[in-house]
Amino acid sequence: MKAIAKTIAAATLLISGSAVAGVVAPGNVQFVEATVPVSLTGMAGDPAKGRKWFTNRKLGNCLACHANDDLSEEQFHGEIGPYLQGVGDTYSEGELRAIVINSKEVFGEMTIMPAFYKTEGLNRVARKFAGKTILSAEQVEDIVAYLATLKE
Amino acid sequence: MKRTVSLLVGGLFCSAISTAAIADDGRELVIDGQTIATTAPVPDDHPLDEIISGWRFRSAETQALQMDDFENPAFVAIEYAEELWETPAGASNQSCADCHGDADSFTGLRAKLPRWNEEMGKPATLEMLINASIETHQGAKPWKWESAEMLAMTALIGLQSRGMAVAMETDGPMTDWIKKGEELYYTRIGQLDIACANCHEDNYGNMIRADHLSQGQVNGFPVYRLKWGSLGSIHRRFKGCMDQVRAEPYKRGSDEFIALEAYVVSRGMGLSVETPSVRN
Ligand code: HEC
Ligand code: HEC
Ligand code: HEC
Repeated sequence: MKAIAKTIAAATLLISGSAVAGVVAPGNVQFVEATVPVSLTGMAGDPAKGRKWFTNRKLGNCLACHANDDLSEEQFHGEIGPYLQGVGDTYSEGELRAIVINSKEVFGEMTIMPAFYKTEGLNRVARKFAGKTILSAEQVEDIVAYLATLKE
Repeated sequence: MKRTVSLLVGGLFCSAISTAAIADDGRELVIDGQTIATTAPVPDDHPLDEIISGWRFRSAETQALQMDDFENPAFVAIEYAEELWETPAGASNQSCADCHGDADSFTGLRAKLPRWNEEMGKPATLEMLINASIETHQGAKPWKWESAEMLAMTALIGLQSRGMAVAMETDGPMTDWIKKGEELYYTRIGQLDIACANCHEDNYGNMIRADHLSQGQVNGFPVYRLKWGSLGSIHRRFKGCMDQVRAEPYKRGSDEFIALEAYVVSRGMGLSVETPSVRN
């Protein structure tokens, strides 16, 4: 009996261990010519959730800087970045993923757009957020899936 | 920017947004018959192409509140400060009025601050000068930076310079402090990795969600913010902006915020003192 319980415990550990290993950590993201071709979670994101993260002020808050026709029910749209209608045509999924993870890899160091999946190389991060990314890997994938739906 | 064209032809919905963005329609700030300049001439080596007061970026409704002292909610605090001005306190048992006469004896002071202070060994802000006087001359307990007393008194003393051009001393020992403030202003900070300049220099005039970005000038402080429902100091606003980008803010009255204040003042020289101004 004891031996079986141990085996089950070990198996559980393995499974949960491999689930975590399946998520690409912020420091391990591979950029290939300004794209990130592979999903951070190994799975496709959920565009409906991505649409929510896009407006959520505590998460993407993308709407603070970008106007987006698809969210006409939201009152205030920002003007800092480009209008996002049609980005699903303009960019491949890998490009969109790279833009959300760390847009500096795509637009250069001067961009004001935050890196949503990065923890290194930041300055004076508030204690509450230290070592954390703005979005989780899953949320990045949800937003990428949502952006891909923005076609003209 | 690949998509600027579609930004411009964004249709009905988008043009509604851009109307909000041009709230800066050149309206004039006139209070009690006095016209107050909301722009200033730009010196040669200035980082901005134009120098514009934050008032110009607010909605017509918010602007109107500042144009009438009876409507301006900050004047409740001014009345409170007038009471404090007459109230004896501390070991001296004297009031501000006993030693300084009328508050208008401080006409012009606000426009020159921060100003190098040899005893303190650093630039003095208005809060620091008031507290130094309370401690050494009045012999009373200094006020907290963001206390109702300090906010009211800085508003009353600031009001005495309303309409005067901001003219801080920038040479001598001030130079290093201004330089330190400049460094802070251009350093990207926080989880969002954004510097003051990214918003207030590169993007003033643009909407950031519901907010019309200004140049982040400080000529109207302390300001009454409708969102706060009270007056707030320059350093409170700095802290709020640092919180927005998820940076660990400096403390009110810290050397960093004093340096930043001196630098931000240097970017707005020639603007009129508008204390107490009203913001959303
Ligand atoms: C602080 C402002 C800001 C925020 C917040 C922001 N962006 Fe951006 N974004 C920009 C700017 C500015 C650009 C243009 C690139 C450049 O020149 O810097 C941009 C570019 C883009 C582009 C490329 C658009 C094009 O047409 O080329 C996409 C896609 C994008 N952002 C998606 C997002 C998403 C998704 C979020 C939220 C997770 C987001 N952005 C949050 C400022 C922002
Ligand atoms: C016992 C007398 C006394 C009292 C009471 C007093 N002060 Fe002063 N205060 C002085 C003296 C003396 C100075 C230094 C000389 C000067 O600048 O007028 C000074 C300086 C100041 C300064 C700096 C002026 C400058 O140009 O550097 C401010 C501001 C000030 N006092 C505000 C106040 C306020 C506000 C109160 C009431 C809360 C107050 N003082 C109460 C005597 C007093
Ligand atoms: C993400 C963009 C952003 C950043 C970065 C930012 N601010 Fe602001 N700031 C705002 C917004 C939005 C407001 C309110 C609208 C306005 O006046 O621009 C504001 C307001 C201000 C005001 C009040 C202006 C007035 O007339 O009432 C000051 C002063 C200010 N900021 C200074 C700073 C300083 C100093 C920094 C750097 C530590 C900074 N800001 C960083 C967005 C930002």
